[in-house]
Amino acid sequence: MSNPVTVEKYRNNFLREVEANVEEGDWVKRCMQCGVCSGSCPLGPHWEHPPQELFMMIRAGKRDEVLGSSSMWMCTSCYNCIARCPRELPITHIMHGLAHYAKRLGLSPKNQQTKKFAQKFWDNLSKKGRVNELKLGLSLYFMNGFMEGVKMSLKMQKVGLGMLKTKRMSPFEMLGGHGCKDSKGLQAILNKAREIEEAKISKFQG
Amino acid sequence: MADKKLGAYICKGCGIAERLDTDELAKIAKSDGKVTVAKQHDFLCNSEGVKMIQADIDAGEVTHVLIAACSRRAKTDAFRFEKVAIARANLREGVIWIRPDTEDAKETTQEMAEDYIRMGCAEVKFMTLPNASGEQGRVDHVLIVGGGFTGLTAALEVAKAGYLATIVEKTSALGGTAAQLYKRTPNHSPFAAPQDNGIADLIQQIESNDKITVHLNATVTKTEGAPGRFNAEISPDGGTKTFGSIIQASGFTPYDATQLPEFAYGKTPDVVDQLGLEALAKQANGGTIKRPSDGKEVKNVVFIQCAGQRSEKEGHLSYCSGHCCMTSVKQAMYFKDANPNIDAMVIYTELRMPGAGGEDFYRNGQNKGITFTKGMVSEVVSDSGKVSVKFKDLILNEEVDLESDLVVLATGMIPNSGVDIEVPVTEEEEKEEEKTVINIVPADSVLNLDYRQGPDLPQLVNGFTDSHFICFPYETRRTGIYAAGPVRRPMDMAQATEDATGAALKAIQALENASLGQAAHPRSGDLSFPIFRKEGCTQCKRCTVECPFGAINEDEAGYPQFNEARCRRCGTCMGACPVRVISFENYSVETVGQAIKAVDMPDEFDEKPRILVLACENDAYPALDMAGMTRREYSAFVRIIPVRCLGSVNTIWISDALNSGYDGIILMGCQKGDDYQCHFVKGSEMAHYRMSKIGDTLQQLQLETERVQTYEIAITDMHRVPKIINDMAETIEKIGMNPFKF
Repeated sequence: MSNPVTVEKYRNNFLREVEANVEEGDWVKRCMQCGVCSGSCPLGPHWEHPPQELFMMIRAGKRDEVLGSSSMWMCTSCYNCIARCPRELPITHIMHGLAHYAKRLGLSPKNQQTKKFAQKFWDNLSKKGRVNELKLGLSLYFMNGFMEGVKMSLKMQKVGLGMLKTKRMSPFEMLGGHGCKDSKGLQAILNKAREIEEAKISKFQG
Repeated sequence: MADKKLGAYICKGCGIAERLDTDELAKIAKSDGKVTVAKQHDFLCNSEGVKMIQADIDAGEVTHVLIAACSRRAKTDAFRFEKVAIARANLREGVIWIRPDTEDAKETTQEMAEDYIRMGCAEVKFMTLPNASGEQGRVDHVLIVGGGFTGLTAALEVAKAGYLATIVEKTSALGGTAAQLYKRTPNHSPFAAPQDNGIADLIQQIESNDKITVHLNATVTKTEGAPGRFNAEISPDGGTKTFGSIIQASGFTPYDATQLPEFAYGKTPDVVDQLGLEALAKQANGGTIKRPSDGKEVKNVVFIQCAGQRSEKEGHLSYCSGHCCMTSVKQAMYFKDANPNIDAMVIYTELRMPGAGGEDFYRNGQNKGITFTKGMVSEVVSDSGKVSVKFKDLILNEEVDLESDLVVLATGMIPNSGVDIEVPVTEEEEKEEEKTVINIVPADSVLNLDYRQGPDLPQLVNGFTDSHFICFPYETRRTGIYAAGPVRRPMDMAQATEDATGAALKAIQALENASLGQAAHPRSGDLSFPIFRKEGCTQCKRCTVECPFGAINEDEAGYPQFNEARCRRCGTCMGACPVRVISFENYSVETVGQAIKAVDMPDEFDEKPRILVLACENDAYPALDMAGMTRREYSAFVRIIPVRCLGSVNTIWISDALNSGYDGIILMGCQKGDDYQCHFVKGSEMAHYRMSKIGDTLQQLQLETERVQTYEIAITDMHRVPKIINDMAETIEKIGMNPFKF
């Protein structure tokens, strides 16, 4: 049995924060704790806290435990939970929303693989507005060190050559690569969005 | 018996003539059944067939009619003839539909049909046409005991239907518990917010209605009589008035929360029960609710569900009071509607939101930000002005200690049922009773009935009045007296509205029935009533004790006094009577006994056993009919006689049947016990009890006990009844024939 949590818990401050800042976060209060989501999740047994529990933790005001959890990073977007939730909560979206919010606040677990990949994907995409698959692939191979990367590259050699041959991948993408028409405009949009979000979040940073 | 003229009418339709030799049946009706008229018709239930019978009746040819066609449950409208006694022989569902159409089976099937003709003739011969008792009178006035929400609603419904109503209310004001509510749970879409309790409007309607009389500060100090002629003494100054029927809407008493010291109730004013919170909400009147101890505005509030309820702990209520989850959501909304920033948490183990709008109301509560936590509260601690709730979060599996400004306990309802007339009377037992059951409200009688069986309505479990929860809600075990509202079972106002309306209509029906001298359901319209041969009565009191409806009083000499209007015509008294002096005009020890004896009993060495089935007409007989409709085969050796209730089975029928050579007897009645389905509540139970003693009779006759079996049959048991019958046939094959054949 864990120690009794402090009296500040079970107040609704964190729930309100989640409602305001997390994508689809205003659905959390509508969970009726039936547990169908947890039972439906194909990765359920590997989660530290299944969705039902996360929702209860949010209501119980367990801010650090929720945002620091690796749970929502486990979501593979299979949408089983959404399809089955009797209260029609967009659980998958809430999981991604929570993960995103936790990362933004710098509270997500260190060395979380999904998180690392998500960052690489975002960096890759946001630069030119198009995903550079060659660069993304390579950066993924070398994510865990140089030797690992070489090993992985050799292992995938055949696939890569095949893709080159059938023109599914161009080696020239290494040199800059293609982008969207107005990448300056894109950057402006992204900057504005960041500004709005940060203003929202700062309200809860005390 | 000289003026009895029997007629048998045999239908040849529905395949009867193809399967059976109807000429032979007609012959048997004449020779064995001693009928004067035996006619066949190709299509008895069509207008021509009916006309044929009617012509004979009109010409005075027949006074007692046997219709040998389909089940007595079929074509009841076609075969309804005035002024003659009618019996039915079931050749369709009972014979041709349950037997295979093969050459082998032909002989036994024909024998079966012939026996049903004999039995029907014998039965109808001993019937007389029932006449209303003559006791009836017409009083269009309903007495309503209790002026709470249920009573007021019932009174209005009675008045709207054109009848008079009198409300007797113990306190000095109408409205009862509902009037104490700041607001009520919503009763219409979108079920989003608490709504006005409506009591002021209800009282205004009552007061402006000239069909309704109200007695405040009054109680019913004596009730005697029967439906149609209840005399109720209203004290202190209402006098004695006559009523047609009675609705008991005596409501409930809130559970005494001081019995929950673990939740600090009584130790601090900041722990209240739900009615306590209603009072606070009334004070605040839409503003922020202030806590009682220091008048500070409540910033956070915790609701504890199932406080002292749904628990087997001593002094707690074992049942769910049904309304408290809805009420807590409603009360949490008082806070959230006043100020959304107040934290309101409901701690529950199972949340129960009944009714059409229940789930919507829950969802709306969640949308308003009420937090629902699945948890078990172990303790509420009050210490130097602070209240903290200790509970175990059952989802996160951890102990929590939560400080709160205000704690609301969802405690239960205890019915105001009056005196429990079934409490054991010996002193020793009484003491023990007091020790274990401390929640029963120490009650004065509500109705003060001048009935042999006690002053109040019988109770079923947990002190709630016994009402037939499956088939006839509101109906109690006292004919013409209806229980409505939380005295019947725990409920909220929406359910109480339905209850009040239903009971009002039932009460009207009861007084109308009484004015015609006919029975209330399940034998609606039955004019027969028990008559007894006083010379034979031994004053054993069995009938007065066993009547499930308390219909029978005793006169000074100890003879039974049948109050016909209270009687439901189940015949439990007839089954109970050891000297067989009780009978109905169209249903008696004789009618069934003669039918049993009329069967042609084959020789012991014929290898044709005979099985008697006495089947309750309410559930078992329809189940047997449905077995026929779905063409489920069963043994051709069986002879089925419907009875009004298994409670009416007199053991003489069993011993007579065994003496006359039946090899097996099956009794089919309804489910008994606390979750009974018996239409007469106690009939099936009485029958089972009596049959448990039949072993002695069997032993005296040196017969195997397997020969008599009693079953509980539901109306849906059509697949089960053929199996029971066939199993009995097999058993007889194993243990051999009854040696008492002659």
